[in-house]
Amino acid sequence: MSELSVNHLLGIKYLNKQDVELIFQTADHFKEVINRPIKKVPSLRDITIANLFFENSTRTKLSFELAEKRLSADVINFSAAQSSVKKGETLIDTVNNILSMKVDMVVMRHPNPGASVFLSKHINANIINAGDGAHEHPTQALLDSYSIRERLGEVAGKNVVIVGDILHSRVALSNIYALKLQGANVKVCGPKTLLPKYIEKLGVTVETDLRKALNWCDVANMLRVQNERMDISYFPSTREYTQQFGVNKALLDSLDKEITIMHPGPINRGVEITSDVADSKQAIILDQVQNGVAVRMAVIYLLASKLKQ
Amino acid sequence: MSQKVLLNATAINIILHRLACQLIENHDDFSNTVLIGIQPRGSFLAKRLAELLKTEYKIKDLKLGLLDITFYRDDFRRGDKTLTANSTEIDFEIENKKVVFIDDVLYTGRSIRSALTAIQSFGRPDDIELLTLIDRRFSRHLPIQPDYRGRQVDAINEEKVKVNWIENEGEDCVYLVRN
Repeated sequence: MSELSVNHLLGIKYLNKQDVELIFQTADHFKEVINRPIKKVPSLRDITIANLFFENSTRTKLSFELAEKRLSADVINFSAAQSSVKKGETLIDTVNNILSMKVDMVVMRHPNPGASVFLSKHINANIINAGDGAHEHPTQALLDSYSIRERLGEVAGKNVVIVGDILHSRVALSNIYALKLQGANVKVCGPKTLLPKYIEKLGVTVETDLRKALNWCDVANMLRVQNERMDISYFPSTREYTQQFGVNKALLDSLDKEITIMHPGPINRGVEITSDVADSKQAIILDQVQNGVAVRMAVIYLLASKLKQ
Repeated sequence: MSQKVLLNATAINIILHRLACQLIENHDDFSNTVLIGIQPRGSFLAKRLAELLKTEYKIKDLKLGLLDITFYRDDFRRGDKTLTANSTEIDFEIENKKVVFIDDVLYTGRSIRSALTAIQSFGRPDDIELLTLIDRRFSRHLPIQPDYRGRQVDAINEEKVKVNWIENEGEDCVYLVRN
């Protein structure tokens, strides 16, 4: 097994267990590469990648761009804010115009769920989903699992709780798929209004008491409250959310064991986690960011190797 | 398929001792020299030579690293299979050192070309030499020759040279395989 079963990375839902293991093994090698004095390999020097960001991003965009450049690919960047999308151009037209400039791969973030799946059916290039609305964010879930594997040895059998805004979170959905695929036990925790009604159908359990959830878990993945996706009020006030679902040092210290804290970023400091937790040894938030580059290099490398000459 | 024994365990042992002595002749106590095994197959020979130099020839501070060349190869996307990487283990400085690349078979020279690029990511060595157990002459694609060779072999392109090691295959032996 040395090849991915898919030609696009549209979501974790489309991957199998061997794919994830292959991505992680490849990422191990790239992690060593990015810690060398010269952090660049020439593998993709004949490949051009377009980063299409129809929605704002800092970390993901930088991480993808860095991963592409460390693989020696040529990179073009596009952000919807400064483009003809504002003039009414359709998604397929925009992308086809970019592809006619001989682009081999497309990394896309889009506010609409399913945008990358739609695109994969209509254009001839490898597509990596960098987040589509509230649907999936596969590379984030892969780097989260990779970071758990690095910290705790393996993902299988570990108890992971995802805390916060599950309803609007593509990170939560991709993480649930990825963790279940690797045999972890997953719990979601948050205000009832932010938990999808049939979430248990995905094989996760629901807990609304944060302390109970933290006492159960090995890893807590704290999600950001996504105010920009909330059209109505889902909880009375930020203060009340923080009191019930925010993690602070005192709460962590009062638990029976030392758990690992993760956060996909950007952090609302003082809302879902306090600064002393975010900066503590228990948090692996910056490891997640570093691993993000290695994991994305692995995904791009493995997909690019399926592009035949 | 038929196969012929090119080197048996005794012959390999004699050659390893000779190669070790040739290395000592040029590198003295190895204080400014590092050995780099080319992954995956060169690592067996490199480890064996390092062990010999330490135990039989009392070289104390021998530095041995393993270099993977997968991401530097020139046949990415040209074959049917995805190229699978191996680990690189170099935990010492390369800058201003004498580097000896160690591989089991020198064939087209393309792996060594990749290794020459790959090693630059770790610094600028003083010079680089090449040691191979088997040198398949007449089949080179690039102007690359070994500085130390175990045995020179004339094999045609349809033939394959297979090097087995006790650590991996349970025997020390080199075969010439005809399909």
